[in-house]
Amino acid sequence: MREILKMIIVLTLFCVGAAGILSQVYNVTKGPIAEAKAEEERRAIRAVLPEYDNKADEEFIEFKLGIDKRGRDITRKVYLGKQGDKLVGRAFKVTSPDGYSGNIVTMMGVTPEGKITGIEITDHAETPGLGAKIQKEETWSGKGSGPGGLVGKTLANNLKVKKDGGEIDQITGATISPRAIVKAVKKGLEFHKQEFQE
Amino acid sequence: MKLGQEFTKGLWKDNPVLRLLLGMCPTLAVTTSAINGLGMGLATLTVLICSNIVVSLLRNLIPKKVRIPAFIVVIASFVTMVDLLMNGFAHDLHKALGLFIPLIVVNCLILGRAEAFASKRPLVSSFIDGLGMGIGFTLALVVLGSIREILGEGMLFGIHLFGKGFLPMILMILPPGAFIMLGFLMAAMNRVDKEISS
Repeated sequence: MREILKMIIVLTLFCVGAAGILSQVYNVTKGPIAEAKAEEERRAIRAVLPEYDNKADEEFIEFKLGIDKRGRDITRKVYLGKQGDKLVGRAFKVTSPDGYSGNIVTMMGVTPEGKITGIEITDHAETPGLGAKIQKEETWSGKGSGPGGLVGKTLANNLKVKKDGGEIDQITGATISPRAIVKAVKKGLEFHKQEFQE
Repeated sequence: MKLGQEFTKGLWKDNPVLRLLLGMCPTLAVTTSAINGLGMGLATLTVLICSNIVVSLLRNLIPKKVRIPAFIVVIASFVTMVDLLMNGFAHDLHKALGLFIPLIVVNCLILGRAEAFASKRPLVSSFIDGLGMGIGFTLALVVLGSIREILGEGMLFGIHLFGKGFLPMILMILPPGAFIMLGFLMAAMNRVDKEISS
């Protein structure tokens, strides 16, 4: 009996101590984690929008897209990049559920006329060396040796990968990842057209 | 002299990865590049040293029958701390290592050292043991990550080593490459040992 009591007391003390220390660490790191996430968002916005001089990460419109399984709202923030008072582009994230492994999250920039100004992959779990090449910037901008990308395209273009009869190059050895992104970006453009151009 | 041996055994004679084959899951999964190997190694090193110190200090307080749960609470607390701190202060690396940081909890290297060493030895030798084992683990991961990155992508720490004509061996980046390279490294180590002893 006394042995059991001792075990219970020791384990309880261990857990209480651990919880106390962890709550302190959580408090200390809460700020830096939020800041690092905000910085990541800012970097993505800067990468996809043309030159702007406002604080685009603080000027946004929030859209409600639907409700997820647990009843929480799925929202999409549309960041506005402005040059003086003139709107130069909108940036927002689209998610591809049909990547090779897990969701691919893409930040895309669009001009008010509906032309893509930039694509930045912010989150993915694709195979390193193959699908993960989507993260390289030259793959999408058409600047490097990679396939000419989505940048500069509008809904008037045939937005599919070449293998599916479209005009966007896939990556050698990895068709699924680019296909998933192209599909999501096309949906993003349709969303943009519906909300802002009509 | 004794302490020196406790330190160096982790580097070569009892190297956790190449000799004891402990912690294979993170070893094989994250070593797609040298920087990932280094990050994972240092995170594990930190947790290992901290848990060895705490387990050694508390070794006389913990009842024998509940020692494993007690060790796990200690280890899990340190892993959560490292996870939070990395998320706040090394956000990009944290993202690259993703799920594998929380999984350090179940790295049998750490529980193994707590159970087999730190729970029976005084503070200083437990610390030295954690340091040696941790550095041995880190070195093995960096070497494995470097070789896979060089062969599979033609880069080291993200810097291109060869010209445009280099054709990467994508297999090395994929999971089979990890197994193959690990085998070669172990074989090389055995060979060196044989040379030394003869």
